[in-house]
Amino acid sequence: MSSTAGGGPQGCLAQNDWLCWTYVRTRQSELLDATVEHVWITALSVVIALALALPLAVAARRWRAARAPALGVTTILYTIPSLAMFALLLPVFGLSAAVVVTGLVLYSLTVLVRNILAGLDAVPGEARQAAEGMGYGPGRLLLEVELPLALPALLAGVRIATVTAVSLTTVGAIVGYGGLGNLIYDGMESYFKAQVLTASAICVVLAVVADLLLLWLQRMLTPWTRAGARKRAVRAPAAPSAAAAQDLVGKAG
Amino acid sequence: MGILTDVWTWLTTGSHWTGTGGVLQRLGEHIYLTGVCLLLSCALALPLALWLGHVGRGGALAVNLSNAGRAVPTFAVLVLLSMGPLGRYGDWATIVALVLFALPPLLTNAYTGVREADREVVEAARGMGMTGGQLLRQVELPLALPLIMTGVQTAAVQLVATATLAALPGGGGLGRLITAGFGNYDTPQVVAGALLVAALALLVERVLTLTERLLDPMRRQPAGRTKPV
Repeated sequence: MSSTAGGGPQGCLAQNDWLCWTYVRTRQSELLDATVEHVWITALSVVIALALALPLAVAARRWRAARAPALGVTTILYTIPSLAMFALLLPVFGLSAAVVVTGLVLYSLTVLVRNILAGLDAVPGEARQAAEGMGYGPGRLLLEVELPLALPALLAGVRIATVTAVSLTTVGAIVGYGGLGNLIYDGMESYFKAQVLTASAICVVLAVVADLLLLWLQRMLTPWTRAGARKRAVRAPAAPSAAAAQDLVGKAG
Repeated sequence: MGILTDVWTWLTTGSHWTGTGGVLQRLGEHIYLTGVCLLLSCALALPLALWLGHVGRGGALAVNLSNAGRAVPTFAVLVLLSMGPLGRYGDWATIVALVLFALPPLLTNAYTGVREADREVVEAARGMGMTGGQLLRQVELPLALPLIMTGVQTAAVQLVATATLAALPGGGGLGRLITAGFGNYDTPQVVAGALLVAALALLVERVLTLTERLLDPMRRQPAGRTKPV
Protein backbone atom coordinates (compact mmCIF):
# COMPACT_ATOMS: atom_id res chain seq x y z
CA MET A 1 0.00 0.00 0.00
CA SER A 2 2.58 2.50 1.04
CA SER A 3 4.84 1.70 -1.92
CA THR A 4 2.08 2.17 -4.51
CA ALA A 5 0.23 5.13 -3.03
CA GLY A 6 3.05 6.50 -0.89
CA GLY A 7 6.40 8.06 -1.52
CA GLY A 8 8.03 5.09 -3.26
CA PRO A 9 9.44 5.28 -6.80
CA GLN A 10 5.97 4.52 -8.22
CA GLY A 11 4.25 6.83 -5.71
CA CYS A 12 2.26 9.83 -6.83
CA LEU A 13 4.73 12.24 -5.20
CA ALA A 14 7.67 10.84 -7.15
CA GLN A 15 5.57 10.77 -10.34
CA ASN A 16 4.47 14.39 -9.77
CA ASP A 17 0.81 13.50 -10.35
CA TRP A 18 -1.90 16.16 -10.24
CA LEU A 19 -3.95 14.16 -7.74
CA CYS A 20 -1.96 12.85 -4.82
CA TRP A 21 -3.54 11.74 -1.56
CA THR A 22 -0.12 11.21 -0.01
CA TYR A 23 0.58 14.91 -0.48
CA VAL A 24 -2.66 15.88 1.28
CA ARG A 25 -1.91 13.45 4.14
CA THR A 26 1.75 14.35 4.69
CA ARG A 27 1.34 18.12 4.28
CA GLN A 28 -1.85 18.39 6.34
CA SER A 29 -0.52 21.01 8.75
CA GLU A 30 0.95 23.16 5.94
CA LEU A 31 -2.41 23.09 4.10
CA LEU A 32 -4.27 23.90 7.31
CA ASP A 33 -2.00 26.87 8.13
CA ALA A 34 -2.43 28.26 4.61
CA THR A 35 -6.21 27.83 4.80
CA VAL A 36 -6.34 29.58 8.19
CA GLU A 37 -4.29 32.50 6.83
CA HIS A 38 -6.55 32.66 3.78
CA VAL A 39 -9.70 32.77 5.91
CA TRP A 40 -8.52 35.49 8.31
CA ILE A 41 -7.18 37.73 5.55
CA THR A 42 -10.49 37.44 3.68
CA ALA A 43 -12.73 37.81 6.75
CA LEU A 44 -10.80 40.77 8.18
CA SER A 45 -10.91 42.58 4.81
CA VAL A 46 -14.66 42.17 4.36
CA VAL A 47 -15.40 43.18 8.00
CA ILE A 48 -13.28 46.36 7.73
CA ALA A 49 -14.83 47.16 4.34
CA LEU A 50 -18.34 46.76 5.78
CA ALA A 51 -17.52 49.03 8.72
CA LEU A 52 -16.31 51.71 6.25
CA ALA A 53 -19.00 51.17 3.59
CA LEU A 54 -22.01 51.69 5.87
CA PRO A 55 -21.19 55.27 6.94
CA LEU A 56 -19.97 56.07 3.39
CA ALA A 57 -23.21 54.86 1.80
CA VAL A 58 -25.36 56.63 4.40
CA ALA A 59 -23.37 59.85 3.87
CA ALA A 60 -23.62 59.53 0.09
CA ARG A 61 -27.37 59.18 0.47
CA ARG A 62 -27.85 62.06 2.88
CA TRP A 63 -25.62 64.55 1.05
CA ARG A 64 -26.29 64.39 -2.68
CA ALA A 65 -22.98 66.08 -3.44
CA ALA A 66 -21.05 63.18 -1.86
CA ARG A 67 -22.72 60.58 -4.07
CA ALA A 68 -20.88 61.09 -7.37
CA PRO A 69 -17.40 61.29 -5.77
CA ALA A 70 -18.04 58.22 -3.58
CA LEU A 71 -19.18 56.12 -6.56
CA GLY A 72 -16.53 57.55 -8.87
CA VAL A 73 -13.56 56.95 -6.59
CA THR A 74 -14.62 53.41 -5.68
CA THR A 75 -15.11 52.57 -9.38
CA ILE A 76 -11.61 53.80 -10.20
CA LEU A 77 -10.18 51.70 -7.35
CA TYR A 78 -12.12 48.66 -8.61
CA THR A 79 -10.67 49.02 -12.10
CA ILE A 80 -7.06 48.75 -10.87
CA PRO A 81 -5.81 45.16 -11.36
CA SER A 82 -5.03 43.33 -8.12
CA LEU A 83 -1.33 42.78 -8.81
CA ALA A 84 -0.91 46.52 -9.46
CA MET A 85 -2.97 47.38 -6.36
CA PHE A 86 -0.77 45.26 -4.09
CA ALA A 87 2.36 46.63 -5.79
CA LEU A 88 1.19 50.23 -5.25
CA LEU A 89 0.57 49.54 -1.55
CA LEU A 90 4.00 47.93 -1.10
CA PRO A 91 5.93 51.17 -0.31
CA VAL A 92 3.23 52.13 2.23
CA PHE A 93 3.17 48.92 4.26
CA GLY A 94 6.28 46.97 3.21
CA LEU A 95 6.13 43.19 2.83
CA SER A 96 3.22 42.60 5.22
CA ALA A 97 -0.32 41.23 5.38
CA ALA A 98 -1.53 44.86 5.57
CA VAL A 99 -0.80 45.20 1.83
CA VAL A 100 -3.22 42.39 0.98
CA VAL A 101 -5.88 43.36 3.54
CA THR A 102 -5.87 47.02 2.44
CA GLY A 103 -6.13 46.06 -1.23
CA LEU A 104 -9.03 43.72 -0.56
CA VAL A 105 -10.77 46.34 1.64
CA LEU A 106 -10.62 48.84 -1.24
CA TYR A 107 -12.17 46.32 -3.68
CA SER A 108 -14.87 45.17 -1.24
CA LEU A 109 -15.72 48.80 -0.48
CA THR A 110 -16.80 49.34 -4.09
CA VAL A 111 -19.21 46.41 -4.11
CA LEU A 112 -20.61 47.21 -0.66
CA VAL A 113 -21.12 50.97 -1.14
CA ARG A 114 -22.94 50.35 -4.42
CA ASN A 115 -25.16 47.63 -3.04
CA ILE A 116 -26.04 49.48 0.18
CA LEU A 117 -26.86 52.62 -1.84
CA ALA A 118 -29.01 50.59 -4.23
CA GLY A 119 -30.76 49.02 -1.23
CA LEU A 120 -31.39 52.40 0.44
CA ASP A 121 -32.65 53.87 -2.84
CA ALA A 122 -35.14 51.03 -3.16
CA VAL A 123 -36.78 51.70 0.23
CA PRO A 124 -40.42 52.54 -0.65
CA GLY A 125 -41.31 56.19 -0.09
CA GLU A 126 -44.53 55.09 1.66
CA ALA A 127 -42.55 53.23 4.33
CA ARG A 128 -40.43 56.31 4.95
CA GLN A 129 -43.42 58.64 5.08
CA ALA A 130 -45.31 56.32 7.41
CA ALA A 131 -42.35 56.26 9.80
CA GLU A 132 -42.00 60.04 9.64
CA GLY A 133 -45.71 60.40 10.29
CA MET A 134 -45.31 58.23 13.38
CA GLY A 135 -42.73 60.72 14.65
CA TYR A 136 -39.49 58.85 13.80
CA GLY A 137 -36.43 61.10 13.71
CA PRO A 138 -33.78 60.68 10.99
CA GLY A 139 -31.58 58.40 13.12
CA ARG A 140 -34.39 56.09 14.15
CA LEU A 141 -35.75 56.10 10.59
CA LEU A 142 -32.36 54.93 9.32
CA LEU A 143 -31.79 52.27 11.98
CA GLU A 144 -35.30 50.86 12.28
CA VAL A 145 -36.78 51.31 8.79
CA GLU A 146 -34.25 52.03 6.04
CA LEU A 147 -31.35 49.76 7.01
CA PRO A 148 -33.53 46.68 7.71
CA LEU A 149 -35.24 47.16 4.33
CA ALA A 150 -31.83 47.54 2.64
CA LEU A 151 -30.49 44.44 4.38
CA PRO A 152 -31.07 41.96 1.50
CA ALA A 153 -29.13 44.20 -0.90
CA LEU A 154 -26.41 44.71 1.70
CA LEU A 155 -26.02 40.98 2.29
CA ALA A 156 -26.00 40.30 -1.45
CA GLY A 157 -23.09 42.74 -1.60
CA VAL A 158 -21.32 40.99 1.29
CA ARG A 159 -21.62 37.69 -0.59
CA ILE A 160 -20.12 39.10 -3.78
CA ALA A 161 -17.35 40.88 -1.85
CA THR A 162 -16.47 37.75 0.15
CA VAL A 163 -16.31 35.38 -2.81
CA THR A 164 -14.23 37.92 -4.74
CA ALA A 165 -11.89 38.41 -1.77
CA VAL A 166 -11.35 34.64 -1.37
CA SER A 167 -10.26 34.49 -5.01
CA LEU A 168 -8.08 37.64 -4.93
CA THR A 169 -6.29 36.72 -1.68
CA THR A 170 -4.27 34.20 -3.76
CA VAL A 171 -2.57 37.12 -5.56
CA GLY A 172 -1.24 38.23 -2.15
CA ALA A 173 1.37 35.49 -2.65
CA ILE A 174 3.44 38.17 -4.42
CA VAL A 175 4.13 39.74 -0.99
CA GLY A 176 4.14 36.37 0.80
CA TYR A 177 0.68 36.76 2.39
CA GLY A 178 -1.61 34.95 -0.03
CA GLY A 179 -2.88 32.11 2.16
CA LEU A 180 -3.40 29.20 -0.22
CA GLY A 181 -1.93 31.42 -2.94
CA ASN A 182 1.48 30.98 -1.29
CA LEU A 183 1.24 27.22 -1.88
CA ILE A 184 0.15 27.79 -5.50
CA TYR A 185 3.07 30.19 -6.01
CA ASP A 186 5.64 27.82 -4.45
CA GLY A 187 4.15 24.88 -6.34
CA MET A 188 4.48 26.84 -9.58
CA GLU A 189 8.15 27.64 -8.95
CA SER A 190 9.05 24.03 -8.04
CA TYR A 191 6.68 22.52 -10.64
CA PHE A 192 4.84 20.59 -7.88
CA LYS A 193 1.51 19.70 -9.53
CA ALA A 194 -0.27 18.13 -6.53
CA GLN A 195 0.40 21.20 -4.39
CA VAL A 196 -0.97 23.62 -7.01
CA LEU A 197 -4.11 21.57 -7.68
CA THR A 198 -4.86 20.84 -4.01
CA ALA A 199 -4.43 24.47 -2.93
CA SER A 200 -6.54 25.69 -5.88
CA ALA A 201 -9.31 23.18 -5.08
CA ILE A 202 -9.41 24.21 -1.39
CA CYS A 203 -9.67 27.81 -2.55
CA VAL A 204 -12.76 27.11 -4.66
CA VAL A 205 -14.28 25.08 -1.80
CA LEU A 206 -13.66 28.01 0.59
CA ALA A 207 -15.44 30.40 -1.79
CA VAL A 208 -18.43 28.09 -2.19
CA VAL A 209 -18.70 27.39 1.58
CA ALA A 210 -18.46 31.12 2.39
CA ASP A 211 -21.15 31.87 -0.19
CA LEU A 212 -23.50 29.20 1.22
CA LEU A 213 -22.91 30.33 4.83
CA LEU A 214 -23.74 33.92 3.91
CA LEU A 215 -26.80 32.79 1.96
CA TRP A 216 -27.97 30.97 5.09
CA LEU A 217 -27.30 34.08 7.20
CA GLN A 218 -29.24 36.15 4.68
CA ARG A 219 -32.24 33.81 5.02
CA MET A 220 -32.05 33.89 8.83
CA LEU A 221 -31.80 37.69 9.02
CA THR A 222 -34.41 38.52 6.41
CA PRO A 223 -37.24 36.00 6.89
CA TRP A 224 -39.71 38.36 5.20
CA THR A 225 -38.02 38.00 1.82
CA ARG A 226 -39.22 34.42 1.57
CA ALA A 227 -42.75 34.92 2.84
CA GLY A 228 -43.92 32.78 -0.07
CA ALA A 229 -42.33 31.28 -3.12
CA ARG A 230 -44.70 33.04 -5.50
CA LYS A 231 -44.07 36.43 -3.99
CA ARG A 232 -40.35 35.89 -4.14
CA ALA A 233 -40.49 34.85 -7.76
CA VAL A 234 -42.29 38.08 -8.58
CA ARG A 235 -39.89 40.24 -6.60
CA ALA A 236 -36.65 38.57 -7.50
CA PRO A 237 -36.07 40.29 -10.85
CA ALA A 238 -36.63 43.68 -9.24
CA ALA A 239 -34.23 43.02 -6.37
CA PRO A 240 -32.19 46.19 -5.97
CA SER A 241 -28.91 44.33 -5.94
CA ALA A 242 -29.43 42.81 -9.38
CA ALA A 243 -28.49 45.97 -11.22
CA ALA A 244 -25.55 46.78 -8.99
CA ALA A 245 -24.23 43.22 -9.06
CA GLN A 246 -24.49 43.00 -12.80
CA ASP A 247 -22.19 45.91 -13.36
CA LEU A 248 -19.46 44.27 -11.33
CA VAL A 249 -19.82 40.88 -12.88
CA GLY A 250 -16.26 39.84 -12.34
CA LYS A 251 -13.22 40.97 -10.46
CA ALA A 252 -10.86 38.13 -10.89
CA GLY A 253 -7.60 39.79 -11.79
CA MET B 1 8.64 61.16 -0.25
CA GLY B 2 11.83 59.44 -1.40
CA ILE B 3 9.98 56.62 -3.11
CA LEU B 4 8.00 59.03 -5.31
CA THR B 5 11.20 60.63 -6.57
CA ASP B 6 12.67 57.18 -7.25
CA VAL B 7 9.56 56.11 -9.18
CA TRP B 8 9.68 59.33 -11.21
CA THR B 9 13.36 58.75 -11.96
CA TRP B 10 12.60 55.16 -13.04
CA LEU B 11 9.79 56.28 -15.34
CA THR B 12 11.84 59.06 -16.92
CA THR B 13 14.90 56.90 -17.59
CA GLY B 14 14.90 56.25 -21.32
CA SER B 15 16.68 52.90 -21.11
CA HIS B 16 13.77 51.45 -19.09
CA TRP B 17 11.43 52.07 -22.02
CA THR B 18 13.36 50.65 -24.96
CA GLY B 19 15.08 47.34 -25.66
CA THR B 20 14.24 43.77 -24.65
CA GLY B 21 11.94 43.66 -21.64
CA GLY B 22 11.48 47.43 -21.75
CA VAL B 23 8.20 49.22 -21.07
CA LEU B 24 7.32 49.60 -24.75
CA GLN B 25 7.80 45.89 -25.50
CA ARG B 26 5.75 44.90 -22.41
CA LEU B 27 3.04 47.42 -23.25
CA GLY B 28 2.86 46.01 -26.79
CA GLU B 29 2.54 42.47 -25.45
CA HIS B 30 -0.14 43.58 -23.01
CA ILE B 31 -2.24 45.34 -25.66
CA TYR B 32 -1.77 42.47 -28.12
CA LEU B 33 -2.84 39.83 -25.55
CA THR B 34 -5.84 41.90 -24.41
CA GLY B 35 -6.93 42.68 -27.97
CA VAL B 36 -6.64 39.15 -29.35
CA CYS B 37 -8.45 37.67 -26.36
CA LEU B 38 -11.20 40.30 -26.47
CA LEU B 39 -11.87 39.49 -30.14
CA LEU B 40 -11.76 35.75 -29.46
CA SER B 41 -14.08 35.89 -26.48
CA CYS B 42 -16.56 38.21 -28.25
CA ALA B 43 -16.60 35.86 -31.25
CA LEU B 44 -17.34 32.94 -28.92
CA ALA B 45 -19.74 34.54 -26.44
CA LEU B 46 -21.84 37.08 -28.33
CA PRO B 47 -23.45 34.85 -31.00
CA LEU B 48 -24.23 32.22 -28.38
CA ALA B 49 -25.68 34.72 -25.88
CA LEU B 50 -27.74 36.53 -28.54
CA TRP B 51 -29.19 33.26 -29.76
CA LEU B 52 -29.93 32.01 -26.23
CA GLY B 53 -31.57 35.35 -25.41
CA HIS B 54 -33.58 35.26 -28.63
CA VAL B 55 -35.01 31.80 -27.96
CA GLY B 56 -35.23 32.50 -24.23
CA ARG B 57 -33.23 29.56 -22.95
CA GLY B 58 -30.25 29.16 -20.65
CA GLY B 59 -30.99 31.98 -18.20
CA ALA B 60 -29.74 29.95 -15.24
CA LEU B 61 -26.52 29.23 -17.15
CA ALA B 62 -25.90 32.92 -17.75
CA VAL B 63 -26.26 33.72 -14.05
CA ASN B 64 -24.33 30.72 -12.72
CA LEU B 65 -21.44 31.34 -15.09
CA SER B 66 -20.69 34.73 -13.61
CA ASN B 67 -20.96 33.33 -10.09
CA ALA B 68 -18.54 30.54 -10.98
CA GLY B 69 -16.19 33.03 -12.65
CA ARG B 70 -15.99 34.93 -9.38
CA ALA B 71 -15.31 31.89 -7.20
CA VAL B 72 -12.46 30.44 -9.26
CA PRO B 73 -9.16 32.25 -8.60
CA THR B 74 -7.64 33.59 -11.84
CA PHE B 75 -4.13 33.11 -10.48
CA ALA B 76 -4.81 29.40 -9.83
CA VAL B 77 -6.22 28.85 -13.33
CA LEU B 78 -3.24 30.62 -14.93
CA VAL B 79 -0.79 28.46 -13.00
CA LEU B 80 -2.74 25.21 -13.59
CA LEU B 81 -2.96 25.84 -17.34
CA SER B 82 0.68 26.83 -17.69
CA MET B 83 1.74 23.64 -15.86
CA GLY B 84 -0.64 21.47 -17.91
CA PRO B 85 -0.24 20.19 -21.47
CA LEU B 86 -1.18 23.63 -22.89
CA GLY B 87 1.86 25.15 -21.21
CA ARG B 88 4.08 23.69 -23.93
CA TYR B 89 2.48 25.85 -26.62
CA GLY B 90 3.84 29.25 -25.67
CA ASP B 91 1.16 31.87 -25.13
CA TRP B 92 -1.78 29.49 -25.51
CA ALA B 93 -2.14 28.70 -21.82
CA THR B 94 -2.36 32.43 -21.10
CA ILE B 95 -4.79 33.06 -23.97
CA VAL B 96 -7.13 30.25 -22.88
CA ALA B 97 -7.11 31.50 -19.27
CA LEU B 98 -7.79 35.07 -20.35
CA VAL B 99 -10.66 34.08 -22.64
CA LEU B 100 -12.22 31.89 -19.91
CA PHE B 101 -12.46 34.87 -17.54
CA ALA B 102 -13.71 37.26 -20.23
CA LEU B 103 -16.63 35.01 -21.23
CA PRO B 104 -18.95 35.39 -18.17
CA PRO B 105 -19.50 39.18 -18.36
CA LEU B 106 -20.01 38.99 -22.14
CA LEU B 107 -22.49 36.09 -21.94
CA THR B 108 -24.45 37.44 -18.97
CA ASN B 109 -24.82 41.00 -20.25
CA ALA B 110 -25.66 40.10 -23.86
CA TYR B 111 -28.19 37.49 -22.71
CA THR B 112 -29.82 39.90 -20.24
CA GLY B 113 -29.80 42.65 -22.88
CA VAL B 114 -31.80 40.57 -25.37
CA ARG B 115 -34.13 39.15 -22.71
CA GLU B 116 -34.90 42.59 -21.32
CA ALA B 117 -35.58 44.16 -24.72
CA ASP B 118 -39.02 45.74 -24.41
CA ARG B 119 -41.45 42.85 -24.92
CA GLU B 120 -44.12 45.15 -26.41
CA VAL B 121 -41.73 46.33 -29.10
CA VAL B 122 -40.75 42.72 -29.83
CA GLU B 123 -44.41 41.69 -30.04
CA ALA B 124 -45.17 44.63 -32.34
CA ALA B 125 -42.28 43.65 -34.63
CA ARG B 126 -43.51 40.08 -34.68
CA GLY B 127 -47.02 41.34 -35.49
CA MET B 128 -45.57 43.25 -38.44
CA GLY B 129 -44.47 39.88 -39.81
CA MET B 130 -40.75 40.03 -39.04
CA THR B 131 -38.96 36.69 -39.16
CA GLY B 132 -36.86 35.46 -36.26
CA GLY B 133 -33.64 36.65 -37.89
CA GLN B 134 -35.02 40.08 -38.73
CA LEU B 135 -36.36 40.42 -35.21
CA LEU B 136 -32.96 39.62 -33.71
CA ARG B 137 -31.00 41.88 -36.06
CA GLN B 138 -33.33 44.87 -36.34
CA VAL B 139 -35.08 44.96 -32.96
CA GLU B 140 -33.49 42.92 -30.20
CA LEU B 141 -29.85 43.64 -31.08
CA PRO B 142 -30.17 47.46 -31.16
CA LEU B 143 -32.18 47.40 -27.93
CA ALA B 144 -29.60 45.14 -26.26
CA LEU B 145 -26.60 47.14 -27.49
CA PRO B 146 -26.03 49.23 -24.31
CA LEU B 147 -25.85 46.10 -22.15
CA ILE B 148 -23.72 44.24 -24.70
CA MET B 149 -21.26 47.15 -24.62
CA THR B 150 -21.29 47.09 -20.81
CA GLY B 151 -20.29 43.43 -21.06
CA VAL B 152 -17.52 44.23 -23.55
CA GLN B 153 -16.23 46.97 -21.25
CA THR B 154 -16.25 44.72 -18.18
CA ALA B 155 -14.55 41.95 -20.16
CA ALA B 156 -11.85 44.32 -21.46
CA VAL B 157 -11.02 45.64 -17.98
CA GLN B 158 -10.98 42.05 -16.76
CA LEU B 159 -8.62 41.07 -19.58
CA VAL B 160 -6.18 43.88 -18.75
CA ALA B 161 -6.15 42.65 -15.14
CA THR B 162 -5.78 38.97 -16.03
CA ALA B 163 -3.02 39.72 -18.55
CA THR B 164 -1.16 41.43 -15.69
CA LEU B 165 -1.40 38.27 -13.57
CA ALA B 166 -0.17 36.19 -16.51
CA ALA B 167 3.30 37.54 -15.71
CA LEU B 168 3.43 35.39 -12.57
CA PRO B 169 3.69 32.06 -14.43
CA GLY B 170 6.03 33.70 -16.92
CA GLY B 171 3.76 35.25 -19.56
CA GLY B 172 4.45 38.62 -21.16
CA GLY B 173 2.82 41.95 -20.55
CA LEU B 174 3.27 44.87 -18.15
CA GLY B 175 2.93 42.57 -15.15
CA ARG B 176 6.49 41.45 -15.92
CA LEU B 177 7.77 44.86 -14.82
CA ILE B 178 6.12 44.28 -11.43
CA THR B 179 7.29 40.67 -10.97
CA ALA B 180 10.82 41.53 -12.14
CA GLY B 181 10.85 44.42 -9.66
CA PHE B 182 9.82 42.07 -6.86
CA GLY B 183 12.54 39.64 -7.93
CA ASN B 184 15.24 42.33 -7.69
CA TYR B 185 13.86 44.03 -4.56
CA ASP B 186 13.51 47.08 -6.80
CA THR B 187 10.54 48.89 -5.22
CA PRO B 188 10.63 51.91 -7.60
CA GLN B 189 10.25 49.53 -10.55
CA VAL B 190 7.41 47.63 -8.80
CA VAL B 191 5.51 50.88 -8.23
CA ALA B 192 6.29 52.26 -11.70
CA GLY B 193 5.01 49.03 -13.30
CA ALA B 194 1.89 49.14 -11.14
CA LEU B 195 1.21 52.74 -12.14
CA LEU B 196 1.50 51.82 -15.83
CA VAL B 197 -0.88 48.85 -15.39
CA ALA B 198 -3.39 50.98 -13.48
CA ALA B 199 -3.18 53.73 -16.10
CA LEU B 200 -3.79 51.23 -18.92
CA ALA B 201 -6.80 49.68 -17.12
CA LEU B 202 -8.36 53.08 -16.45
CA LEU B 203 -7.68 54.21 -20.03
CA VAL B 204 -9.34 51.09 -21.49
CA GLU B 205 -12.34 51.65 -19.19
CA ARG B 206 -12.68 55.32 -20.22
CA VAL B 207 -12.28 54.67 -23.96
CA LEU B 208 -14.91 51.92 -23.90
CA THR B 209 -17.34 54.06 -21.87
CA LEU B 210 -17.05 56.77 -24.53
CA THR B 211 -17.43 54.22 -27.36
CA GLU B 212 -20.49 52.87 -25.57
CA ARG B 213 -22.07 56.33 -25.56
CA LEU B 214 -21.26 56.95 -29.23
CA LEU B 215 -22.58 53.57 -30.36
CA ASP B 216 -25.84 53.69 -28.42
CA PRO B 217 -28.42 54.25 -31.16
CA MET B 218 -30.91 55.82 -28.78
CA ARG B 219 -28.39 57.88 -26.83
CA ARG B 220 -29.73 56.96 -23.43
CA GLN B 221 -28.44 55.59 -20.19
CA PRO B 222 -27.89 51.84 -20.46
CA ALA B 223 -30.46 49.82 -18.57
CA GLY B 224 -29.48 47.68 -15.61
CA ARG B 225 -26.36 49.65 -14.93
CA THR B 226 -25.71 51.96 -12.04
CA LYS B 227 -23.30 54.21 -13.88
CA PRO B 228 -21.54 56.80 -11.82
CA VAL B 229 -22.42 60.22 -13.15
